[in-house]
Amino acid sequence: MDPPAHAAQPTEAAVAATPAAIEMIHRLETAHGPLTFFQSGGCCDGTSPICLKAGELPAGPHDVRLGDIGGAPFYIDSDQYERWGTPRFLIDVLSGAAEGFSLEGLEGVHFVSRTP
Amino acid sequence: MSVIQSTAYDAPGASGSPVALRERYDNFIGGEWIPPTTGEYRGNVTPSTGEVFCEVAHSGAQDIELALDAAHAAKEEWGQRSPAERAAVLNAVADAIDENAEMLAVAESYENGKPVRETLAADIPLAADHFRYFAGAVRADEGRISEIDDQTYAYHFQEPLGVVGQIIPFNFPLLMAAWKIAPALAAGNCTVLKPASPTPWSILKLAEVIGGIVPPGVLNIVNGSGAEIGKALASNKRIAKVSFTGETVTGRLIMSYAAQNLIPSTTELGGKSPNIFFEDVMAADDAFLDKAIEGLVLYAFNKGEVCTCPSRALIHESIYDEFMERCLERIAAIKQGDPLDRETMIGPQVSAAQLEKIESYVKIGRDEGAEVLIGGERPGLNERLAGGYYFEPTVLKGHNKMRVFQEEIFGPVLAVTTFKDEAEALEIANDTLYGLGAGVWTRDGSRAFRMGRAIKAGRVWTNCFHQYPAHAAFGGYKSSGVGRENHRMMLEHYSQTKCLLVSYDPNPMGFF
Repeated sequence: MDPPAHAAQPTEAAVAATPAAIEMIHRLETAHGPLTFFQSGGCCDGTSPICLKAGELPAGPHDVRLGDIGGAPFYIDSDQYERWGTPRFLIDVLSGAAEGFSLEGLEGVHFVSRTP
Repeated sequence: MSVIQSTAYDAPGASGSPVALRERYDNFIGGEWIPPTTGEYRGNVTPSTGEVFCEVAHSGAQDIELALDAAHAAKEEWGQRSPAERAAVLNAVADAIDENAEMLAVAESYENGKPVRETLAADIPLAADHFRYFAGAVRADEGRISEIDDQTYAYHFQEPLGVVGQIIPFNFPLLMAAWKIAPALAAGNCTVLKPASPTPWSILKLAEVIGGIVPPGVLNIVNGSGAEIGKALASNKRIAKVSFTGETVTGRLIMSYAAQNLIPSTTELGGKSPNIFFEDVMAADDAFLDKAIEGLVLYAFNKGEVCTCPSRALIHESIYDEFMERCLERIAAIKQGDPLDRETMIGPQVSAAQLEKIESYVKIGRDEGAEVLIGGERPGLNERLAGGYYFEPTVLKGHNKMRVFQEEIFGPVLAVTTFKDEAEALEIANDTLYGLGAGVWTRDGSRAFRMGRAIKAGRVWTNCFHQYPAHAAFGGYKSSGVGRENHRMMLEHYSQTKCLLVSYDPNPMGFF
């Protein structure tokens, strides 16, 4: 869905992923089908990018699509994006299972959002 | 020659430990220990050393169904028990927790990393008290009668929802479980609980203690990944309510599952709580000032892994230098180390992932110009703890537009700034996406009241912080979630209202 007119618009290539993250995205896509990412906030494992099956959580009118990684769209809440200073995101993958509902937890790894 | 007494508990499983340890733990379903249908187990790590100390079931969606079968089989009988009978069970649970307090405290500290002096003094006694509170509350609960007219009356009863799904966080594995289990059971529901992935075991130690007290099927615990069983539980057609504590995207997901199934949900999603210190806290060098200094340093409580961590300190500019100096002295005196040592004041973060996140935020803070007043690094600890996930208590000075002031770090990292007057303090306090907690420190009661009412947060601690009594409602404004926990109002949140509308008029209405 298109973001509302007032939302901060991402610059070109607002999100990218490391080769290792892209490889993991492709593996998850093979196992689960098309994927969607949402940047999380708040407590516990907040700040993590959450990887879900496409359609599991529909993007809302206040989600900004920052771009695609490994073919999967990457969204962030527009208020959160602005308060974070509209950074560029680099998504990486590290060992240790994701603590929440993110699919890569099943593979014993977790995605992280870096803002270089 | 004096004998040096160790102040540390032995690790679970060691001969001197109060905690017995098995190699492998199953799910707790229907009052029995049931192996996961997947046949899979995952190593469970203590963050104090980074070592695996036991294996815990890594379940699949089918195990959630087994737990729901057990819960549904138990719900009629449990829901029909009298309030006095349910209260007796909850009181017995509380007594059992008290009797095993030391064992549970050591188990929880070892798994989570929180210092044992916190679990002994806070987590475990509070967990017991929440069961006692709801035992009392349900006995004192009563319906309402509305007089529509002198021959027509509406009788309102609270009836159980049935079976609820509850997903708990890793930061207070036992207390958050108590927050969720106690009101649900008091109101006559059965529950299926999914512990947090980093802390699946200490709640099973609780189940060992209370499993024989709670009737089979009333309390069920299934461990596994959020992506598999968290979803299987939260989206299940056989739950009547879902409750979740965690991050915002999963919070949205939980609410969307609830919407799809037309059931209620409770979400608690964190915060960036301001802790405001007015100039009059330094009007005297007395007990109150001492309390205020401790109030700032409470950001390091539970190594900052608290949804309501007072992670933004706002200090009046006229006292900033002197007050901060006193606070930094107190922070420098924090003893960091083995969570099982009674003298330890801050232990390790719960996981390597959390530690990495905290480090990355401190780097973000440095890069955006924040000044590191203390900490900012992994501490050099002894060889035994070298593999643990420790981070120094840290203070960053900056301004509220910085990302370290806006996003929850969930670690012992305080962002501090100054304000010039009450209006600016309020503006900064409310300039956040979140609204879970806040603190106000002043000797002026009128100002404390004004600020408390004006701050957009669900809990404003006034001249205190980090107190969690059962009889005080807890929950968020804004993006911090929807719903409340604690307080007897939870009996309504875990029940549905039945209205019997009764006419005592013998005459027809006259329409037909």
